[in-house]
Amino acid sequence: MTAKPKFAMYWAASCGGCDIAVLNTHEKILDVDANFDVVFWPVAMDAKYKDVEAMEDGSILLTLFNGGIRNDENEHMAKLLRKKSKILVAFGSCASEGCIPGLANFSDSREIVQTAYNTITTDNPNGIYPMTSYNMPEGEIHIPTILPVLKTLDQVVDVDYYMPGCPPESNQIAAVIDLVIQVVQGKAELPPKGSVIGAGDSTVCDECKRARNVKKIKSFERIWGIVPDPALCLLEQGIPCNGPATRSGCNARCPIAGAQCIGCYGPAAGVSDYGARLISSFASVLDANEPEEIDRILDGLVDPAGQFYRFNLAGSLLRAGVPAWKKEKA
Amino acid sequence: MTNQFEPTIIGFTCNWCSYRAADLAGTARIKYPPNVRLIRLMCSGRLDPTFVFKALASGADGVMITGCHPGECHYIEQNYKALRRIQLMRRTLQGFGLEPGRIRLVWASAAEGNRFASEVAAFVEEVRALGPLHWGKNGNVPSIAAPAAIQKEEVPA
Repeated sequence: MTAKPKFAMYWAASCGGCDIAVLNTHEKILDVDANFDVVFWPVAMDAKYKDVEAMEDGSILLTLFNGGIRNDENEHMAKLLRKKSKILVAFGSCASEGCIPGLANFSDSREIVQTAYNTITTDNPNGIYPMTSYNMPEGEIHIPTILPVLKTLDQVVDVDYYMPGCPPESNQIAAVIDLVIQVVQGKAELPPKGSVIGAGDSTVCDECKRARNVKKIKSFERIWGIVPDPALCLLEQGIPCNGPATRSGCNARCPIAGAQCIGCYGPAAGVSDYGARLISSFASVLDANEPEEIDRILDGLVDPAGQFYRFNLAGSLLRAGVPAWKKEKA
Repeated sequence: MTNQFEPTIIGFTCNWCSYRAADLAGTARIKYPPNVRLIRLMCSGRLDPTFVFKALASGADGVMITGCHPGECHYIEQNYKALRRIQLMRRTLQGFGLEPGRIRLVWASAAEGNRFASEVAAFVEEVRALGPLHWGKNGNVPSIAAPAAIQKEEVPA
């Protein structure tokens, strides 16, 4: 009997939700076990980095890499797994486009450390900060060093496929697992390198069941401030829904349930900057032609940068939010 | 020669009014600073905010967007759309730490070569006072600017 192909999954700067989403495929996870030899998956099994280092280059068939690259440990593992894997998938929003951890790119790393260790809500009376290396009686010890910006996986290594979502929907993961198994059995072909897998090419609006008319809005509303019409497009009701620029693949779960799309599936096919596309679509629906009136409506949209780049900052054109004068000081 | 900072400004003009204004400034030999690089669009409403972001990420210190006066758009009302986009774009870019003064909107008709030239001159001085932006030059933070792959990529419609 020939050996089963090898499978690995790794988390870098992520919340662990992607791993949970894989486990949430229920019995499909048994197919993974039946068809693959799981060699490295920190959340599910015990394996050491040195075990991966000892593997032959290219010996892992499929690696699902979730999480962004926040520190040099993440970067090391990204490069290591790239070397050891035939197919490296940027799995989930963090690895593909930065996601929530990527919002840290609005600040510089010094501010981040200050916020974590020296604000009024932090109990740190002696002002202790983490050191990247420290001399113990037993010798020098190291912890990972934070990078100046959070990077997406493809800003560090070559990526074969992208799988968006925060986290990717379980049915989409199951479909991708099925596809890879069929490829292994010689029954299917892999999509071209660089493809987005486990999602559509269109937008969330395309999958949304709510009725759409010509949109003209006089004010933006917060989702908790009004009782939205259950059948009508949310943006049309003034709720800032990111559906128009967001990739399809989730079956428009949030808008159908009455919550605005926040854009976790990332930019739709052909969109080069997610936020810029949303600026276009939001500005187009404002029902005002006078600068003052436009400003009054836009006042209702608190934190537009956060609204448009919640998941996409690290992968955006302007990915670092650090103004020039701050950058030079840092 | 002085060592003063020379800002790089990308200017977007519309085919029907503001590009003609720039043209008129040229044929009338009106002098204005050479810092602005003009890109002609059919209409200010064609301005995808991506163009502005790409300019800033590629090293521009300021972006000037020009179009027909309100009510005079060749495409009826697209300059109003541009106005709304620019106001929202400015707010968004403020979240990134960009000074709002780096984005300027100018309405200029085909007869206003003088106005076009004086607006360019004023904007160049304003951006000069703000100083270099450095978003395209990395500063001391590596890989902040758009990577080579993005710069090569064409911006889709």
